[in-house]
Amino acid sequence: MLPAFFPLKILRYGLSGKYPAERFIPKAQDLKKSYDVVIIGGGGHALACAYYLAKTHGITNVCILERGYLAGGNTARNTAIIRSNYLTPEGVRFYEQSLKLYREFSQELDFNILYSERGHFTLAHTDAAMRTSRWRAEVNKQLGVDSELIYPDQIAKLCPHLNMSDHVRYPIMGALFHPPGSIARHDAVAWAYARGAAKMGVEIHQQTAVNGLIIENGTVKGVETSRGTVYANRVMQAVAGNTSVVAKMAGFRLPIKTIPLQACVSVPLKPFLDQIIVSGSLHVYVSQSSRGELVMGGSTDPYGLYNTRSTLDFKEGLLGHMLELLPMLGEVKVMRQWAGMTDMTPDFSPIMGLTPVKNYYIDSGWGTWGFKATPVCGMTMAHTIAHDSPHDLIKPFYLDRFVDYAQVGEKGAASVGH
Amino acid sequence: MKVMNCPLNGPRNISEFAWGGEVKPMPDPASVDDKVWADWLFLENNEAGVVREWWCHVPTSFWFIAERNTITDEILKTYAAGDVFNSRVEFSKKAETK
Ligand SMILES: Cc1cc2nc3c(=O)[nH]c(=O)nc-3n(C[C@H](O)[C@H](O)[C@H](O)COP(=O)(O)OP(=O)(O)OC[C@H]3O[C@@H](n4cnc5c(N)ncnc54)[C@H](O)[C@@H]3O)c2cc1C
Repeated sequence: MLPAFFPLKILRYGLSGKYPAERFIPKAQDLKKSYDVVIIGGGGHALACAYYLAKTHGITNVCILERGYLAGGNTARNTAIIRSNYLTPEGVRFYEQSLKLYREFSQELDFNILYSERGHFTLAHTDAAMRTSRWRAEVNKQLGVDSELIYPDQIAKLCPHLNMSDHVRYPIMGALFHPPGSIARHDAVAWAYARGAAKMGVEIHQQTAVNGLIIENGTVKGVETSRGTVYANRVMQAVAGNTSVVAKMAGFRLPIKTIPLQACVSVPLKPFLDQIIVSGSLHVYVSQSSRGELVMGGSTDPYGLYNTRSTLDFKEGLLGHMLELLPMLGEVKVMRQWAGMTDMTPDFSPIMGLTPVKNYYIDSGWGTWGFKATPVCGMTMAHTIAHDSPHDLIKPFYLDRFVDYAQVGEKGAASVGH
Repeated sequence: MKVMNCPLNGPRNISEFAWGGEVKPMPDPASVDDKVWADWLFLENNEAGVVREWWCHVPTSFWFIAERNTITDEILKTYAAGDVFNSRVEFSKKAETK
């Protein structure tokens, strides 16, 4: 018998009709005239919502409209950090539910998302950061989340590569340690939901932009797309950086600014960094992917933009600080860089639920922190659409909280460590 | 590095400037109610295209106005705030009337 890797044999296998590659979603078809639910945007949040609409609520006459390609927005650009050690009880409860869904994800959807528990360290270099870490640890523990303030001796043991020296600009004073902090393969999350939703009848249309909304007497009736008019009983938007542009079609404004977030990866290295390391004061975070690349990023750009360009300033700032934490990276090269357009809110919490337009729902304000929330957003938005009433977990994130001066302040827990 | 033209200091690196957000007409602080004030404070046009914004040259604390294209990342024009605003806002009035 020929060996398995014999080139001709592989070619024959590839060309034979006996083993067709699995299609995750059926080939594109014509748009129907109308659907029960139309979802604008084809990122992870939209796909998760469609999946839960079909699975939990039996609503399968659903159509997703994506102007580019499936999950090519921030879902494909994030640095995949998953954690629930937030600052407010509202936030912690919400993100903890998402972690629960993530742990069961690969089983439930029969799709390996390479969910990998790493332990998440938020370094503190100032008294103020120590105070916030202590505060977060107490809120977290109260709600059953594994989270603890630890000190340099313990940090040195758990993260032997970190530079614990006092002779740097910002010596490490402590860290908020969150053992369940994880990373996962972001594309797999989107594809798994897409396949799961499509199996139950959801239609996914790529290369289909929504350019307008049909609204009569304050109620949404449908959408105008680049491929014609589509009517719908209910419509949701989940378009990340383009949130304000689409909301404008619906006739309302939001407390959101679109700001780029940049990231980069190094050349692949042998595995040495198990942990996810974040430093708020140094504006950097780093983890090592399953391919060996160091995935690195920081906070958003200094000004707003609808553009995904990369800048040298960003990399200079980021890598200078990175060398302070991990000096042995001095000779390592950056391999890829990119950016995404994030929808930033003033309080670093999302804006979700009902809108001023009847039967029109929004999932937005996901800024730099929404990948970890993909499953729980799908679950809660599907509930919100099915019942025309916000799910309990997202009530604190209602749009009018700004007018009511009832913000859910997460800046201390979300501005650098996404 | 990207360069911005400061109306006071001339062309400087963009890292010397702080972004101040959209120029929006401020409601009269003496008579405004909480809802209108919150709308002014929080709601953004967040326009994709040409916008008019506040910027500050940080080393000299000089606030001015810039027109930018948020799609192409081009700075089109910068000018002193005095070119647009010619009267002061009296914030103390509201406190006095209470
Ligand atoms: C560099 C970077 C790093 C990040 N790191 C993390 C992290 O470590 N952890 C974390 O939790 N989060 C992180 N995030 C945030 C996270 O990526 C996002 O919050 C999340 O992916 C948002 O998902 P979404 O489905 O809402 O949006 P997207 O995936 O952006 O999907 C929105 C889709 O809407 C489409 N669209 C827009 N306008 C229209 C229209 N008019 N008609 C039709 N379709 C339209 C777009 O083409 C896009 O595909 C990061 C983001 C970036 C940019």
